[in-house]
Amino acid sequence: MTPSIRTENLTIRFGGHAAVNNVTCAFQPGELTVIVGPNGAGKTTWFNLVSGQLKPTEGRIFKGGTEITRLSASARAKAGIGRAFQLTNLFPKLTVLENVRLAVQAKAGQGPSALRNAASLTHLAEKAARVLEQTRLSSVAHLPASALPHGDQRKLEVAMLAAMEPDIFMFDEPTAGMSVDEAPVILELIADLKKDRSKTILLVEHKMDVVRALADRIVVLHNGELVADGRPAEVMALPIVREIYLGVGAEEVA
Amino acid sequence: MTASTIATPTPMRTTSTRVTIGRVIVYGFAAIVGVCLLFAPFLFPDVRAQEVAARICVFIVLVASYDLLIGYTGIVSFAHTMFFGLGAYGAAIGLKTMGRGFEAIVLGGSLGVLAAFVLAVLIGLLSLRVKAIFFAMVTLAAASVMLVLASQLSNFTGGEDGITYEIPRFFSPANRLEDGNGDQVRLFGVPVNGRLYLYYFVFLSSLALFYLLVRIVRSPLGTVLQAIRENEMRAEAIGYRVVAYRTSVFCIAAVVAALAGVLRAVWLRYTGPDVTLSFDIMIDVLLMVVIGGMGTMVGAIVGVVIMTLAQFYLKDLMGAGAEATAGLPLLPELLNPDRWLLWLGVLFILLVYFFPSGIAGTLLGKGGRK
Repeated sequence: MTPSIRTENLTIRFGGHAAVNNVTCAFQPGELTVIVGPNGAGKTTWFNLVSGQLKPTEGRIFKGGTEITRLSASARAKAGIGRAFQLTNLFPKLTVLENVRLAVQAKAGQGPSALRNAASLTHLAEKAARVLEQTRLSSVAHLPASALPHGDQRKLEVAMLAAMEPDIFMFDEPTAGMSVDEAPVILELIADLKKDRSKTILLVEHKMDVVRALADRIVVLHNGELVADGRPAEVMALPIVREIYLGVGAEEVA
Repeated sequence: MTASTIATPTPMRTTSTRVTIGRVIVYGFAAIVGVCLLFAPFLFPDVRAQEVAARICVFIVLVASYDLLIGYTGIVSFAHTMFFGLGAYGAAIGLKTMGRGFEAIVLGGSLGVLAAFVLAVLIGLLSLRVKAIFFAMVTLAAASVMLVLASQLSNFTGGEDGITYEIPRFFSPANRLEDGNGDQVRLFGVPVNGRLYLYYFVFLSSLALFYLLVRIVRSPLGTVLQAIRENEMRAEAIGYRVVAYRTSVFCIAAVVAALAGVLRAVWLRYTGPDVTLSFDIMIDVLLMVVIGGMGTMVGAIVGVVIMTLAQFYLKDLMGAGAEATAGLPLLPELLNPDRWLLWLGVLFILLVYFFPSGIAGTLLGKGGRK
């Protein structure tokens, strides 16, 4: 089976420092992979390479059978790679509804129609409304995004990703900074996506309970390199993972 | 909440009644301006007031098209009067060389608009990838070159003196509408002649262009432009090609500015660097869009009306004020009409201080910094 997304010897150097170093891995539809690693391990940088915000120094990226290494971020989004950001990354002065509608509109290809009234394009608005309902944001749909509390901004970030309807979902710490009662909304949404066996889900996450609950597979990055890849139970048992996460045995290995 | 209630956005619904009052003031003001302009030949029949009304019509289009760039998309350009000038010179050269006919306006104007479009595509594709400040510099350079060209190529452009020409007979005061007895037909005491037709030609064309711009900002494209202004990287990440959008909006604004230039040239029967191309006009346009309120469209109406009225009538007002206070110490000196620029400056400072997002922007509650 062709993997839905694959990176081959992916490397990016900033000056002499290799933030992502020679990472080769492949992901299948229907699989939820959690990417873990300490701060500075290259998780977000690897995400940026896959979604196109950065261009690799070396290596190649494939979606399905097609190489996408040279495609721009917007072209990759159109090709079905959707990305939510770690630091909230919205259109602050536009309303919540407009934020989501923009994502719906991008998917529908309604961007260039210059003379139709955006608010009256009901099929776009309805779809945006559905996504807002799923993410429990309907009640704040008409507020500017900047007026939302942090937790709701995180939800909106995920809502925009869902509205793009990609094949590949990339979540970068979607529940970071969320309160205990807010996080389940996002986790439910991710669990729902997982039930639809055609989607590939990549998730950067630190919270171990989340990882245990959702992961089919865990990939461990450390200093830009892929150091472990496998089923959660296997990976969690590896000495190197215990070392990274528990900080023990570092001297002995060195 | 159902889909249908979400589908009708009243963006400020949840904010205070202060904003509602602001909306009433701004849209009420715009409506009054609209009515005044619609009936301008009857309400203000003197020649100077006609000139003011026609200038307001054309400048609303020019400033609104600039708002599309700077307010909605966040593109800072100093070349907007260059495009305005290209349209004006196109029509002017057409009328000068082909004589006073509509075909001269259409052909000359089209060539001017086409030149503006081509130039906008080139500038856009070559330089909208770079950072905002460099783009602003490129447009400044292009506009300077155009200004030099206009004064150097005096065979075509009349140099610094500009071009004077005649417009179609249909628009001349001699084209009188006569009744059966050969008497001038009057409507509310105003003679129905070519001057009246010309005003309505300018008014209706401006109205159509302004309406087009309002449609654009309310369209899906308009939302994308605002998204690009707010967060370029995210707009790219959800699948919008930012450079393509920027270039196309730059072209749309350039074409609209050039069409406004055609209207200006036909109305004035004169085109020169001072009335179309100069940086003084560019600064006027900038001030108008800032005072009115960026990213509002209706702000163009507010800004243009306040600025134009101040430019034309502040002197008169001050003259009257100086006379009225003639007996008092100091005041007549301060109100001397020669000091009108001082008061215009004071007016700007007060406006910017009390309305940091422009008059319409502040009243509509579009303020609030990121």
